[in-house]
Amino acid sequence: MTTYILRRLAQAIPQLFIISIILFTLMQGFGDPVATLGARTPPKAEDKERLRRMLGLDQPAYVQYLTWLVGNDWQKIDMDGDGIPETNGRRKGILRGDWSNSLVTRRPVLEMIGDRLPNTLILMGAAEIVIIIFSLALGLYSALRPYSLFDNLVTGLSFIGYSMPVFWLALMLMYIFAVNFRAWGLPYLPTVGMFDPEAGKTPAELIRHMILPVATLSIISIAGYSRFVRSSMLEVLSQDYVRTARAKGVRTVYVVLRHALPNAALPFITLIGLDIPFLLAGAIVTERIFAWPGMGRLFLDHTSRADFPVLMGILMLVSIAVVIFQIITDVVYSLVDPRIRLE
Amino acid sequence: MADPVSTTLPTDAVAQPVSSAPLSPLRLAVRRFRKHRMAMFGLGLLILLLLYISLGVLLSRGYCAPLKQEVSGEAWANCNDTGLKLQPPSAGHIFGTDVIGRDILARTIYGGQISVLIGISAAFVEVLLGAFIGALAAYYGGWVDNILMRFTEAMLTIPSLFLLIIGSHFFGNRLPAFNFLGRELAGGVVVIILIIGATSWMYLARIVRANVLSLRERDYVSAARALGASDSRIIFLHLLPNTIAPLIVSATLGVANAILSEAYVSFLGLGVQGATATWGNMLDGAYQYLETAPWLWFFPGTLILLTVLGINFVGDGLRDALDPYSTKHL
Repeated sequence: MTTYILRRLAQAIPQLFIISIILFTLMQGFGDPVATLGARTPPKAEDKERLRRMLGLDQPAYVQYLTWLVGNDWQKIDMDGDGIPETNGRRKGILRGDWSNSLVTRRPVLEMIGDRLPNTLILMGAAEIVIIIFSLALGLYSALRPYSLFDNLVTGLSFIGYSMPVFWLALMLMYIFAVNFRAWGLPYLPTVGMFDPEAGKTPAELIRHMILPVATLSIISIAGYSRFVRSSMLEVLSQDYVRTARAKGVRTVYVVLRHALPNAALPFITLIGLDIPFLLAGAIVTERIFAWPGMGRLFLDHTSRADFPVLMGILMLVSIAVVIFQIITDVVYSLVDPRIRLE
Repeated sequence: MADPVSTTLPTDAVAQPVSSAPLSPLRLAVRRFRKHRMAMFGLGLLILLLLYISLGVLLSRGYCAPLKQEVSGEAWANCNDTGLKLQPPSAGHIFGTDVIGRDILARTIYGGQISVLIGISAAFVEVLLGAFIGALAAYYGGWVDNILMRFTEAMLTIPSLFLLIIGSHFFGNRLPAFNFLGRELAGGVVVIILIIGATSWMYLARIVRANVLSLRERDYVSAARALGASDSRIIFLHLLPNTIAPLIVSATLGVANAILSEAYVSFLGLGVQGATATWGNMLDGAYQYLETAPWLWFFPGTLILLTVLGINFVGDGLRDALDPYSTKHL
């Protein structure tokens, strides 16, 4: 097992390198980050030149990549533009834990991510819990009564569910539960942000603000996942050992929950395990609509300013999480399913 | 599952000899598809939508006040009468008007054409890339396979919407406008097609690779090779046609995904710019009018939903129909 994990980690390293090179290459086409700095008072040409030198943007792309990767603190760089390197480099590079600074705010990238990550995790974590509970419940119930009215209804609805564009669902929910409910004099839900300025930062406020974005995020996933649970449950229920248990007179509830469900849930564990790292990334569209100050918003705001250290930071964090969770999922799967041996 | 008919003895076998010719796999698939109720419903829905975006053109006409004349066709869809901005649905403008006073009904018709064009072309790019990369990796194996699959994994690791956003920033709106079937289209249309195609081929490449890996060991491939067939002939004539079922299913579902992707990217303001309407860019900024002008986002959003729903139904039906081991719906 240990050798398996070590080997997988060793394979992950080149994969992360490839990802970082792909991303860095794409970000070269973003245009000039300096051009959008100081939007109110455009800097003079020589100031721009100096800024570019200070930020290291005058270097060729591969040098910028290497600086981002391993830093430049062992070499002198030319800051005043006379062609003679005189200033000591201060960057350490991501391999030594320096995720470098935002070009726009000059703050360390990790700090900026740290500000937003909790907001995203609260939202996405709550959504994931709702998704797991409802997918299992709906899938299980449908599988026990296949082709019944309820099952057909859920099948139809889930097709509509996962065909829905996220923003359409979000706008519909907002229109019904915020706009119309207020118009009808019913208690209505807030649509934007995490807290009301007047009500203050209370947990109750947070939950009230979370209801609509969590519903938006979960409905579409539940639609797909409940079908998945249903089909794997149906497969398990038709197996001999389930019939044997029933023939021996074991109560149906016990057969379903104790004999069938653990086996049917195995593929679902994989699905959820591979989902978890993407929770870090947040939900760009949902966060945008509900003005939720999370990672997706951070990414979107800094894309328009070509702030590539921040973008690289977010995407590398997500990529590392994906790679690690792939390994964890495989290991957990082999622990709960003794038929699978990791070599 | 046992078919109840096949388990009973054919009592009147003599009276009714087997008369029909053996069914070809294609006819079997068509028969299975036609028995698939949801798929037929989806197909009907898609036909209605296609009629809407094609025949709807004939209804697109009206008096354009800024030009002081009757206009028809796309000119009506682009006629911005600022005096009539943000009008709710009425007899003159059945779906209302947008922020600069253009008729939303006409824009959903012309925007639908572009959205469907983007969907189909992007799915085509996706299938082309996926099939090519998957087949190359599986056929040559070794280091080719290694490099291509590492690249595929790397692309899969990056969340797809992030990749789309980075891609659309990378290409920007650099391509000039061009003419397609008599319509002037913004260059952004091609860019968005390429980006969506280039960020969605990975799953398909894996499916094709797995299929080709098992196919290339078959005797008929060895026979073809022994007869001196070239690698490209084997790949394109012998291997890929035999993975046609997953290719068709992926292409179908790919159209739905591409239409959704276009809508997301446009919703974030990074899609096709300019006068060319798409269902996606009609939604750009519409959420600011959530309360005051819901018709801005309701009609294009619902058309996207219906199109994607129809395609998903059809794709599901195709998956069942093209599975040679499927005994369902026979």
